[in-house]
Amino acid sequence: MALMKSERPVGIVGYGAYVPRYRLITQEVSEIWTGGNTVSPVREKAVPGLDEDVATMSIEAARNAVRRAEQVCASFTPQRLGAVWVGSESHPYAVKPTGTIVAEALGATPYTQAADWQFACKAGTEAMQAAIGFVGSGMTSFALVIGADSAQGRPGDALEYTAGAGAAAFILGPAEEALVEIEGSVSYVTDTPDFWRRPHERFPEHAGRFTGEPAYFHHIASAAQTLMREMGLTPQDFAFAVFHQPNVKFPLKVGADLGFTRAQIQPGLLVNEIGNAYAGSALLGLTAVLDISQPGQRILLASFGSGAGSDAFCLRVRRSAPQSGALTTRAYIQRRVPVNYAQYSRLKGNYVMH
Amino acid sequence: MEVARFWRTRHQRYQLMGEVCPHCGTKIFPPRDVCPACEGEAKTPFVFSGRGEVYSFSTIHSAPAGFEKYVPYTVALVRLEEGPLVTAQLTDVDEKDVYIGMPVEMVTRVLREDGERGMIVYGYKFRPRLTQPAPEPQHAAEAAAAA
Ligand SMILES: [Zn+2]
Repeated sequence: MALMKSERPVGIVGYGAYVPRYRLITQEVSEIWTGGNTVSPVREKAVPGLDEDVATMSIEAARNAVRRAEQVCASFTPQRLGAVWVGSESHPYAVKPTGTIVAEALGATPYTQAADWQFACKAGTEAMQAAIGFVGSGMTSFALVIGADSAQGRPGDALEYTAGAGAAAFILGPAEEALVEIEGSVSYVTDTPDFWRRPHERFPEHAGRFTGEPAYFHHIASAAQTLMREMGLTPQDFAFAVFHQPNVKFPLKVGADLGFTRAQIQPGLLVNEIGNAYAGSALLGLTAVLDISQPGQRILLASFGSGAGSDAFCLRVRRSAPQSGALTTRAYIQRRVPVNYAQYSRLKGNYVMH
Repeated sequence: MEVARFWRTRHQRYQLMGEVCPHCGTKIFPPRDVCPACEGEAKTPFVFSGRGEVYSFSTIHSAPAGFEKYVPYTVALVRLEEGPLVTAQLTDVDEKDVYIGMPVEMVTRVLREDGERGMIVYGYKFRPRLTQPAPEPQHAAEAAAAA
């Protein structure tokens, strides 16, 4: 069996999203670099402010998760978090954890296991799988996992059209007190060189068309199919399906290949409005679905990380999310301030002053 | 040394943690261990809600060292819900939209960076208080159509 389940049932007791307020209409990228001749794979993307990074975005998403968890689970306090794990490929420091900054901001220090995770865009979901084991074994009662990125794309490169930003945070705890039970998960990885960034390089490299079939589609389809087969479920058993979203086309195609309808995918498909939030991409989609899901509904979540791998999860909603205390993901998306390419370049620090 | 000062003040900067006076209940920020109201010893930690209102404000066009990249930015005196006045930068707001009495909330942001090699200093700023808007069904439909 490839299916992973914990001894004790584990669920999500609180979740939270964060999307920065600036948006670049990506047609601007096309105008600047190709005279408008490139059709952008997304309409617009979220851009962090000058004072935002993965630590600050993680903190706001985590605060929203804490506010929901406090309403859902009477015994929860930030002091009871046994882990604060942040998955990202844009941690503010190369050496110095983001997790300690987030833990300190939440009041979860000092007795907690703070760590940073990385595996391109699936850094957050692998932290979630590890947290299932951490909570499911009884080592700790609650664990916080975050997927967050402020994605980098070299000016003019294909990645610049989609590299977005955002964070999603989840507090895992005992399933009987949770909003959502995590019924099982699968992780499927191979050594596939589709996308990478060497130390000291600011922008990542990618293997062009190679990023599609052998990387994204093969890994997600394998993880999701194995998960459904071993759990005895079919696409019709799920109300929603959320996939990693590097563009609009890939998640719709992998979903259709697996047998999901557009109606199942659309509620968690945010990439056209916020771009690809890398480690936050699929997980932000999950937060948008949790905002509207009803008890009894099942959700399929499948991330993708270059290098390459996919983590697929089967979730079953136990109760509707509390509607107060934290903004919905859609509310963060609606809070948008468009910037032009020059303003965007300033926000991204692409101007060098001498 | 600066690093040591930033480390000592991390709780107040990240969490807006001050003190509450055990004698008269006055909430104190920044922490000073002595109650400004009754002069009693006050060392009980208290985490502020982060909600407040703009009491006064001023926009900075010529910034001190370390803050140049943020100009122009607005600094405000914020009256916290629990009483104290705090000086902080406003963020996620355009200068022309700021007014006295504007409801704001605390967010943790980058205050400044000591160049490419130095530490990143995080701390509280305030932004216009976010509220859950009414759903925009046409926006979702539009997104679906564009996809
Ligand atoms: Zn007093």
